[in-house]
Amino acid sequence: MNDKTNKPIYLDYSATTPIDERVVTEMIKYMGPEGVFGNPASRSHAYGWTAEKAVEQARQHIADLVGADAREIIFTSGATESDNLAIKGSAHFNKKRGQHIITCKTEHKAVLDSCRQLEREGFEVTYLDPEANGLVDLEKLKAAMRDDTTLVSIMHVNNEIGVIQDIEAIGNACRERKIIFHVDAAQSAGKIPMNLESLPVDLMSFSAHKIYGPKGMGALYVQRKPRVRLEAQMHGGGHERGMRSGTLATHQIVGMGEAFRIANEEMATENERLITLRNRLWDGLKDMEEVYINGDIKQRVAGNLNISFNYVEGESLLMALKDLAISSGSACTSASLEPSYVLRALGRNDELAHSSIRFSMGRYTTNQDIDTTVAHVRTAVEKLRDLSPLWDMYKDGVDISSIEWAAH
Amino acid sequence: MAIYLDHNATTPLHEKVLEAMLPYMGGTTGNPSSLHRFGRLQRHAIDQAREQIAALMDAQASQVVFTSGGTEANNLMLKGLCKDSAVQRIAVSEIEHSSLLQPAAVVVDEGCAVDSIAVNPQGQVTPEALIHAIKDDTALVSVMAANNETGALQDIEKLAKEARSRGVWFHTDAAQVAGKMEFSFRQAGVHAMTLSAHKLYGPMGAGALIVDRQLPMHSILQGGSQENGLRAGTENVPAIVGFGMAAELARQEIVQRADHVRVLRDQLEKRLMQFGVVTVFAQQVQRLPNTLQFGVQGFDGETLLMELDRRGFAVSSGSACTSGKSEPSHVLKAMAVPDELATSAIRVSLGRSNTMAEIDLFVEAVQQIIGIQNSAVMMSANL
Repeated sequence: MNDKTNKPIYLDYSATTPIDERVVTEMIKYMGPEGVFGNPASRSHAYGWTAEKAVEQARQHIADLVGADAREIIFTSGATESDNLAIKGSAHFNKKRGQHIITCKTEHKAVLDSCRQLEREGFEVTYLDPEANGLVDLEKLKAAMRDDTTLVSIMHVNNEIGVIQDIEAIGNACRERKIIFHVDAAQSAGKIPMNLESLPVDLMSFSAHKIYGPKGMGALYVQRKPRVRLEAQMHGGGHERGMRSGTLATHQIVGMGEAFRIANEEMATENERLITLRNRLWDGLKDMEEVYINGDIKQRVAGNLNISFNYVEGESLLMALKDLAISSGSACTSASLEPSYVLRALGRNDELAHSSIRFSMGRYTTNQDIDTTVAHVRTAVEKLRDLSPLWDMYKDGVDISSIEWAAH
Repeated sequence: MAIYLDHNATTPLHEKVLEAMLPYMGGTTGNPSSLHRFGRLQRHAIDQAREQIAALMDAQASQVVFTSGGTEANNLMLKGLCKDSAVQRIAVSEIEHSSLLQPAAVVVDEGCAVDSIAVNPQGQVTPEALIHAIKDDTALVSVMAANNETGALQDIEKLAKEARSRGVWFHTDAAQVAGKMEFSFRQAGVHAMTLSAHKLYGPMGAGALIVDRQLPMHSILQGGSQENGLRAGTENVPAIVGFGMAAELARQEIVQRADHVRVLRDQLEKRLMQFGVVTVFAQQVQRLPNTLQFGVQGFDGETLLMELDRRGFAVSSGSACTSGKSEPSHVLKAMAVPDELATSAIRVSLGRSNTMAEIDLFVEAVQQIIGIQNSAVMMSANL
C-alpha cells in the first residue's frame, strides 16, 4: 500500500469503519506511559480513579446517544459478545419460565449462532422468514409468540441490506405478551436517532467499530425499569454490575464514548450527505439492465446500497473490482462462497443472491469516490456479461429458469 | 501523579507498543474477515502478532487464540473445555485469580465436578497436594504460574509432569509471569496457558489462551469462525498488534527487566523487614522479581493504603479485580495467614520505570505511617 494512488476506494463501512481522528486523539490520552493508564478497578489510588472517571464519562456519552441511563450500559468486547450475553444470558435466566425464542433468518451470525447454541441446550427457536423487502411482518411475529416464549431478538438495521425494522411496533407486541425484546443495533446506533427511554426495548447491542470507534469494544443496554435480568456469560471479578467480568479497557471505552458523542452531534447532517451519495450511486447504475436493489429502499439506513447484478457472478465481480473495497455481504461470512443467507431468506434465487454487492458508504466517502465507483462497476459488469453465456441466452430471450441443467 | 507501584494491576503502555498500534488506529482500516486488500492487511498484522506471542512463550503460533483479555481466556479454558461431555471433573488451586475461580464455580452448575488444590503456608502447590486432588476422572488441573498478590511461583514443570503422567491436562494462568520472567510453554509441559497483554506493557483489551490443539475445546462466544472457531467476534486488531509488540519487547528485555526490579524489590524487602513489625508473605519461596506483599502487625490495610495514597504512592492490598472489598484475600486465607495480618496486606508491584530513589521514598513513608500510628496508639493508651 505504499502507492497511495493505488489505494482502493473504501466502501465497506458496514464491515468496519476507520477510527475518527478525534476519537484517536481521545484514546491516546489513555495510552502510553504519559497517559492515564490505571486499572479502573484499582480502588486505592488516583491512577485507578482517573481511569474509572473516564470510563463513566464514556458510559454517559453512550447513554446520551440512545436515550438511556448510564447505569443501563454494560461494556463488552464487541457486539458479538453483547449479542451472546443478551440472548444466552436472558434465555438462561428465564429458563424456568419458558424455553422458546423467536428471531429472524436475516439476523447477524452472532444472534443466529447464539440461538443455535441454545437449541443444542434444549431450547426451541423459531426463525421467522422476512418479507421480500427484508422486513419482519408483525402479524407473523405475533403468530409465532407462545406462552413459553421468553425472548424475541430482531435487529434494528440489517448489516447486508440496510433495512430498518420497526422495533417500536415489535417491542410493543413483545410487551403485550411480557416477552423480553433484544435488538442488535450494531448497524444503527449513531445512524438512526433513538430514545430508549420511550422505546419498548429491553436489551440492545452496540458496537464501537461500526461507528468510527475502536474494534474490540461494544456495549449492551440492559433496561433498569423494569429491571431486565441476565445470567452473566463472563465470570471473574464481578465488573459491570456482575454482568461482565474482565478489566475494562479504558482507552477503548473512551474511544467508544467519543465516537458515540460525535455521532450524536453529527448524525443528522451526515445522514443527509450519505443519502445524497447513495442516490448518486444508484442514479449512476439504475439504467443498467437487470439490476435490482435488495431490501426495502425507503425503510433503509442512509449509507447502504445492496444491488444484485443479474447474470454476473458476485465473486467474479469482486475480483474485477479490485480498486474498490466492497463485499458481497457480511464480512463475517465473506470467506465462504455460499450465497448470502440474508438474500436467500428474502426469497432471492441463488443467481441473484450470488450476484449481489453491498456498497456501504460513510464519513469519508466523497462524490468523486462514487463517480469512480459507478464507472468501474459499469465497465466490470459489462465486461463480465460479455463473457457470460447466461447473459447471451437472456438477450436471446431464453427463460433461464426454465432450463433443466444436466446432472454432473 | 503518585509514584506507581501497582504493576500487577496494570502496566503503562510501552511507548513502542503505542507506536506499533497507531497505524492500525488511524487511517488504515478493514475487517480482518474481509477479502479485500484492507482486510488482508489486518489479517497479516494479526498473524504477525501471533508469531511474536508464540516466540515469547516458546509455543507454536497456531496454538495462540486471541481473546479480549485474561479473564476471557480463563473463562474459555474452563467453560470451553467443560462443554465437552467427556470432561466431568477438574481441579483448580485455591489461590487462582477470580477469573478462574468464578468460571470454575459456574461449570459446577453445569454438572462438572470441581476439586480444590490446597496450597501450603508459603502459597505453593506441592506435588503431593496436586496428586491428592487428582481423582480417577479428573480431566484438567489448573494452577497459576505466579500469584498476582504474593508473587509466589509454582514449579509448573514438576506439577505438569505429575499431571501428565496421570493422563491429566494442565492449564496455567501465566498472566503475571509472562514478560516478567522467562517461561516456556513447551518446557513447562503444559497444555494450555492464559496471557494478558496489559500486564506486560501491552494494551488493555487483548489476551490469549495458548492451547494444545488436542484439547476438545469449544467456543464460548457464538457468531463467527474467527480464531479457528474458538472465538467469534471481529478481532481487535490494534490491541492484538500492541500485544504482539509488547511480547516482542518483553522477549528482548526480559533479563534486564527482571534484574532491574529484583534489585529494587530485594532492597525494599530488606529495609521493610528491619521495622520488625513487617511480615512478607510467601517469603520462603521463589517469587516474581517485581512483587512484594507484606502485612504490618497491628495495622489496618485500608488505613495504610489511604496514608500511602496521601503521601503519593499508588499501591494496592492485592488484586485490583476484588479491591474495594475489605475481607482478607482468599489467597492469604488459603495460606492460613491470620485474618488480622491478612487485612493489613499491602502489595507493591514494581515495573521498568521504578527507581531506587522511589524505593527510598516509599520506605520512608511506611516508616512515618507506622511511627505516627504507633505514637497515636501510645497516646490513646496514655489517656
